[in-house]
Amino acid sequence: MGAINTASLPDIVFMLLFFFMTTTVMKEVNLMITVKVPDATEARKLEKKSLVSYIYMGQPLRSFQKMYGTEPRIQLNDQFKNVVDIVDFIAQERDAMDENDRNKMTVSLKIDSDIRMGTVIDVKQSLRRAQALKISYSARKVEEL
Amino acid sequence: MGKRELSPINAGSMADIAFLLLIFFLITTTMDVDTGLQRRLPRLPDEDQQEDSSDKIKERNVFVVLVNKHDELLVESKPMDVHQLRQKAKEFIANPNNAENLPEKEIKELPYFGSVYITKNPVISLTNDRGTSYGMYIRVQNELVAAKQELRDDISIQQFGVKFDELTESQMDAVKNYYPSVLSEAEPKNIGGK
Repeated sequence: MGAINTASLPDIVFMLLFFFMTTTVMKEVNLMITVKVPDATEARKLEKKSLVSYIYMGQPLRSFQKMYGTEPRIQLNDQFKNVVDIVDFIAQERDAMDENDRNKMTVSLKIDSDIRMGTVIDVKQSLRRAQALKISYSARKVEEL
Repeated sequence: MGKRELSPINAGSMADIAFLLLIFFLITTTMDVDTGLQRRLPRLPDEDQQEDSSDKIKERNVFVVLVNKHDELLVESKPMDVHQLRQKAKEFIANPNNAENLPEKEIKELPYFGSVYITKNPVISLTNDRGTSYGMYIRVQNELVAAKQELRDDISIQQFGVKFDELTESQMDAVKNYYPSVLSEAEPKNIGGK
């Protein structure tokens, strides 16, 4: 009985490798806050990730609390920002998009469920000012609440 | 130069290298999909034409939902548990018994349905305190969206035999006209402190 021929093993592994390489989306942001989005039964999938911009809100992580305190903060890309910066952020994101896709832009709000609505209202008002009207309240899809 | 015998490259370690790369990508892959409640914000009102349209809507056509900073609900001036909200909202949108205090109805021509007796633009208005928790806000939104979705599913099954999501585009439009999307994000009033 001869040894099993493993010559095709690299080929198989490479195939798997290419599959994962093409499907991988690298994590874009390093979250500096804790975001536990609420549950919802009616949550729908967000199509086309390239058209989606993200706004994160939540309490800073332990390691950042010395510098930034425990008050909820807004995170855009990799930095803590204020409500007033959102208009600029949206403009930037929109500029980076293909011209035909600009009106399909969606803003996904990833907000911790313990946040008070006051700040959320402020964010929504700046989004309206920035003409980014399509939003999605990020929520975890569950069958039963 | 003397010709040397060309020995084949040892490819035995190729698999190892590929495996290493494979494992790296396996670990970094995030397959999670983003899900959420998709909504459309209203445009900012122009400076010169402020709140003239809001007064014209009759009281019976508006379903007022208030959430306070203790996450308690007040629906049509009555305290309510969030579990009852879906049923109440469905009743409001459809007004099956043509009740006095629920939205007016009218006869309308719709494709696929013919002439139907349906409610005339009912509006659900959701107002919250600045101190309401986001979790509660989404909970309420979810119930209201669910109410609309359930009504649409019901009528789709009754008319076409399938759920709303499986209809064709023109059928969807007809159903959307039957039960229009009614949730209005009210102009925020700054009620309550932080």
